[in-house]
Amino acid sequence: MVVMSIREAINRTIAEEMERDADVIALGEDIVGGMGTAGGPEAIGGIWGATGGLYARFGPGRVIDTPISESAIVGAAAGAALAGKRPIAELMFADFVGVSLDQLWNQMAKFRYMFGGKTRCPAVIRLIYGAGMNAAAQHSQSVYAMMTAIPGLKIALPATPADAKGLLTEAIRGDDPVLFFEHKAMFGVKGEVPEGEHRVPFGHARLTREGGDVTIVTCGRMVGFSEKAADKLAEDGIGCDVIDLRTTSPLDEEAILDSVELTGRLVVVDESPPRCSLAADIAALVAAKAFTALKAPPQMVTAPHTPIPFARELERAWLPSPAKIEAAARAALAFRS
Amino acid sequence: MSQLGRDDMLRAYRQMATIRAFEERLHDEIKTGEIAGFTHLYAGQEAAAVGVCEHLADDDYIVSTHRGHGHCIAKGCDVKAMMKEIYGRADGLCKGKGGSMHIADVSIGMLGANGIVGAGAPLAVGAAISAKLDGKGKVSVAFSGDGACNQGTTFEAMNLAVVLQVPAIFVFENNHYSEHTGVEYSVGTANDIASRAEAFGMKAWRANGCDFFSTFEAMREVLEHVRSGGGPAAIELDTERFYGHFEGDPQRYRGPGELDRIREQRDCLKAFRERVGEYGNVTSDELDAVDSEVAQLIEEAVSEAKSAPPPPPEQVLEDVYVSY
Repeated sequence: MVVMSIREAINRTIAEEMERDADVIALGEDIVGGMGTAGGPEAIGGIWGATGGLYARFGPGRVIDTPISESAIVGAAAGAALAGKRPIAELMFADFVGVSLDQLWNQMAKFRYMFGGKTRCPAVIRLIYGAGMNAAAQHSQSVYAMMTAIPGLKIALPATPADAKGLLTEAIRGDDPVLFFEHKAMFGVKGEVPEGEHRVPFGHARLTREGGDVTIVTCGRMVGFSEKAADKLAEDGIGCDVIDLRTTSPLDEEAILDSVELTGRLVVVDESPPRCSLAADIAALVAAKAFTALKAPPQMVTAPHTPIPFARELERAWLPSPAKIEAAARAALAFRS
Repeated sequence: MSQLGRDDMLRAYRQMATIRAFEERLHDEIKTGEIAGFTHLYAGQEAAAVGVCEHLADDDYIVSTHRGHGHCIAKGCDVKAMMKEIYGRADGLCKGKGGSMHIADVSIGMLGANGIVGAGAPLAVGAAISAKLDGKGKVSVAFSGDGACNQGTTFEAMNLAVVLQVPAIFVFENNHYSEHTGVEYSVGTANDIASRAEAFGMKAWRANGCDFFSTFEAMREVLEHVRSGGGPAAIELDTERFYGHFEGDPQRYRGPGELDRIREQRDCLKAFRERVGEYGNVTSDELDAVDSEVAQLIEEAVSEAKSAPPPPPEQVLEDVYVSY
């Protein structure tokens, strides 16, 4: 085990995979940074630092800095994947999926099915997402639920450096398109990462806290928030299962349902507005498949149904928080039919 | 034309005649109601697809459009499997899951027809990135029309191709109609799409897309430029659409006598027969023989497609990795 940040885990995983397989290439806006300037290539090294050093190591043929052209970036990744490569494209902000949506939704997601299973499209799109840095309405969104709604895409959201490595490795080596969501406020989060080969299979959730009273289902940055709430509740003798989904597509239904069968109470925590959200999806799943186990209505802790505000106070108010999660768990426990 | 031998000439004619017969038969069969969905016929533009694809090998890539049957046949897709796909049959080229607008055979570099106008160019640039990395002189062709040339994706793709200097070729088939709207109205540079490609910094050619020899010769120069590492290129082919945007289109936008005129004056098969005499190495009897063989092939393709079994319903859950 080595302690490193999520940023380092992603950077090293990309480098290791590029080293291992000459078909792995990287592309995106400013992933090299400084092309065509006095400062020269790698003057920036990627605005998130996740792609620093790759250009020097692997050269311009495989580490491709692109213009600001999200449709072309995602489309080129899809086309290169059809043509035998394993591209890793970066969307500097997940919010930019809107610019490139056709290539994600109508193109790479559908090729394998639409072409009768005779092709594969092993592209990875890295999307930097999430609120918490006061980046306001167009640079803070968690669009993973919208993307989870698209058949044909796999969706991964690591919450730890180890999972960043394990899930990204799996994404690159898999034969289907993967949207890999990296939370912009979590790049500095440190943790132990296994050395050498480390793969985390998709569709296997991680139980980060164990307790028999309430099931908290969540992903991404909300995992840490949920753990804080669970730890607080534990001080009062209330035990929570905290389930980090790791991937929302495929979804580990079994982990969710098994836990709810034991606890009878569900809290879903989702860093996005509530309508047609991951929270609503999980609540519906549990209502449909674990109805008789439920002792209380499912609780959804989400952002409000608004755009994301800028000011610190407003953004804090918009986001779910450990206190809101704790309150939702207590509400579930207090419910009497 | 010195590099086109007898076999090449006959093959090119056969490809064009196959596309024509395929499309004209579909035009008739669609009226019976047996074929589901939307179908966009390529008839009239055969010289474009064949003039381009006769230069390509299986490991070169093409990305096609919603009007893609011609590109598929020209690139070498199995004609009978294509017909079965259009009929929605289990052993169609895409197992009945794609249909007319999504025929693909990646194993021969045909990366798909595409239902979204303008979506293909970025994909072709991606395949060109792959081709450049492989270093074997492969190229990647994006077929687009006068409709797709107005999409931002096409602009982004052209710029990216120039920035990266990849072996991408943007083929603009100008058939004068984007759906039901005239090119004089919808393309700001009027009847000049190639100038847009030039403005992005690549070399562009213009040719008669209703004449195989014009297209083929221009494409020879395009390929020499691109395969020798000269970077991306474009070619605008002035061509004609013999049918509507889709089958069932009443075509009220056409001028009086327009369809008769283009069939009379701009039919690439007629032009081929007229011009092939200049080279004297293929006789009209031989071309007639090709026509007969093609007619037989299409007859078999249709009758086999009609009697082929539909896909079993359980296949709806196959070829995708998540069931929920």
